Amino acid sequence: MSEEPLVRVRGLTKVFGQGEAAATVLRGVDLDLDCGEMAALLGPSGSGKSTLLTILGTLLRPTEGEHRMLGEELTSASDAERTRFRNVHIGFVFQFHHLLPDLTAIENVMMPAAASRGRETGAMRQRAADLLDAVGLADRREYRPAALSGGQRQRVAVARALMNEPPLVLADEPTGNLDRESADQVMALLDRINQSTGTCFLISTHDEHIADHCRRHIRVLDGQLVAAELGGAS
Amino acid sequence: MLYAAKLALRHLLSTPGQTLLLMLGVAVGVSVFVFMSALIGGLATLLTQRTVGSIPHITFEMAERDPQRIVGGPGVQVAVQKDLSRRAQIMVWEPAVALIEATRGVTAVSPQIRGSAFVQRGQTIAPVGVIGVQPDKLSAIADVAGAIVAGTEALTPDSVLIGQTLADDLGLRVGQVIVVRSERDRERSFRIGGIFALGIASADRQALYMNFRTARALFGLPSGISRIEVKVAPPEAAPRIAERLRGATGLKTTPWTDENEQLFEALDAQGRTGTIVKTFALITIVIGIASAMLLSIVRRRGEIGIMRAAGASQRFVLGIFVIEGTLIGAIGAVGGALIAWLALLPFPPLEAVEGGGLPVDRAQGDYVVAVLLTTLAAGLASIVSARRAARIDPVEAIGA
Ligand SMILES: Nc1ncnc2c1ncn2[C@@H]1O[C@H](COP(=O)(O)OP(=O)(O)O)[C@@H](O)[C@H]1O
Ligand SMILES: [Mg+2]
Repeated sequence: MSEEPLVRVRGLTKVFGQGEAAATVLRGVDLDLDCGEMAALLGPSGSGKSTLLTILGTLLRPTEGEHRMLGEELTSASDAERTRFRNVHIGFVFQFHHLLPDLTAIENVMMPAAASRGRETGAMRQRAADLLDAVGLADRREYRPAALSGGQRQRVAVARALMNEPPLVLADEPTGNLDRESADQVMALLDRINQSTGTCFLISTHDEHIADHCRRHIRVLDGQLVAAELGGAS
Repeated sequence: MLYAAKLALRHLLSTPGQTLLLMLGVAVGVSVFVFMSALIGGLATLLTQRTVGSIPHITFEMAERDPQRIVGGPGVQVAVQKDLSRRAQIMVWEPAVALIEATRGVTAVSPQIRGSAFVQRGQTIAPVGVIGVQPDKLSAIADVAGAIVAGTEALTPDSVLIGQTLADDLGLRVGQVIVVRSERDRERSFRIGGIFALGIASADRQALYMNFRTARALFGLPSGISRIEVKVAPPEAAPRIAERLRGATGLKTTPWTDENEQLFEALDAQGRTGTIVKTFALITIVIGIASAMLLSIVRRRGEIGIMRAAGASQRFVLGIFVIEGTLIGAIGAVGGALIAWLALLPFPPLEAVEGGGLPVDRAQGDYVVAVLLTTLAAGLASIVSARRAARIDPVEAIGA
């Protein structure tokens, strides 16, 4: 295989704490993600899904192992380099939508771009408006998060994750806090975006029904990948 | 607008009541700062004014000759005996007066004949210090004309002005005749033209003002004069001007500051007291802002985590909170300066301050310094908290 995948992880290990209190959370994870993939990360609570996602998102350094993305070795990069890399190439969606309460919906969407440029531009506003259109919230641009429903907030968070056009979006139980209907809406939205833009999604969940939206299922158990098999379609 | 500044503003506006209270706290500290400056400054001005009001700011006298200069040299031993027969007098004084008058900062020049004398009235005798002045220069140094309590200030060749204490001691009234005997053993009778009360004990007891020309005769100084007294503005410029004119005239110059060490010690102590109070005001502001910023950061941990997860740099996060703290300081400080300015409005001007009143000088309020220092202190105070904000671990903060 001459062409390197979007993300390549080898022998990834994560140990929290030291000595007696040391807890090994990830035990030698090998994983490749390609551009345009729609993958579910399945596993029971406490199996290490969030830990793997935060390492893939450069928010956390692995104890051991190799982590490459877009051909760059990220474990040896400095904190500032990793922050910069994350800003440009990775989007996040969390379980608890985590919007900034003092910003409107459209301002929240612009945030990742504005924070790195140091100011908001007309072009950013335009792109953010388009993204809100795409997630079906064109009429909620100027709403503060407090005035939005749970499902709406999570859709704003999805739009924000896409702001800088990252090739990879990591979603940690994005529907865990939503009712069935809203959850299906959000999953359908991610699916649609994946189809239309080719953004790679890695979505953690312990819900098989949610995983049905994904073509690839990655199962993690006790810090190890069980089997990387293909899901329903593809 | 700078994005970090926008976020800082949003933070402040999200809890308007709290923000306002915080700024009010800063404003109170700043108004204390300004008030102290105005009070200490006003007090210093008043004390200085009262001190320098009726004394010369610079006195010019003949320089004592240094005998070593006359015959000096290595290996030569000189025994010097003070020449008591030759009196210290400024011989060529008119060019010196012209030169001094033409100097910037000099507001009044009074050439004088000085000497000791005795006033005799019947069997009573009292020592006086005679001040021979040109009649139009009578009030150049002390406001004698304004202090006349009986008679007039006109100095004719045969009239003198004496102080009220002396008049009371000798039972003298305007129009009466006295005999003045000089240290040169010459005597003359004069009519008392006026009695003054300067409010300075020594002057009111011992000073005797006399016409310049008459004094020449009485003290045997046909052409020279004893000294030149000068007023300058501002009084603080006296040492500098004295130094310059010493070189230019070759005379010995004594600025008023040389003989009023005590005043300066008092002013110094006052200034230090003011500085301490002002420092504490600033420290209070710093503590207030630092703790408010720490609270704000604890409350916004999750938001900081989100921004860092979205790739906002540590510098950017630092910037938000430094701007936030600095804004509180700057806006509070401007408010405080304004409050102080308004609060100082009802105070009377220094000239009108009476016993018991506070000599507050609104012009010496140090408004700009207070605002700049407070803003700077606020910035520094928030840097400590902001650095903590920047170092927050996004994973922990988000609780992912
Ligand atoms: N910072 C940490 N320190 C110590 N243990 C941790 C830390 N973060 C996670 N863990 C532990 O790692 C294990 C996996 O956690 P996590 O990755 O959150 O699993 P999941 O997301 O699959 O529920 C859990 O047992 C958890 O207690
Ligand atoms: Mg988890």
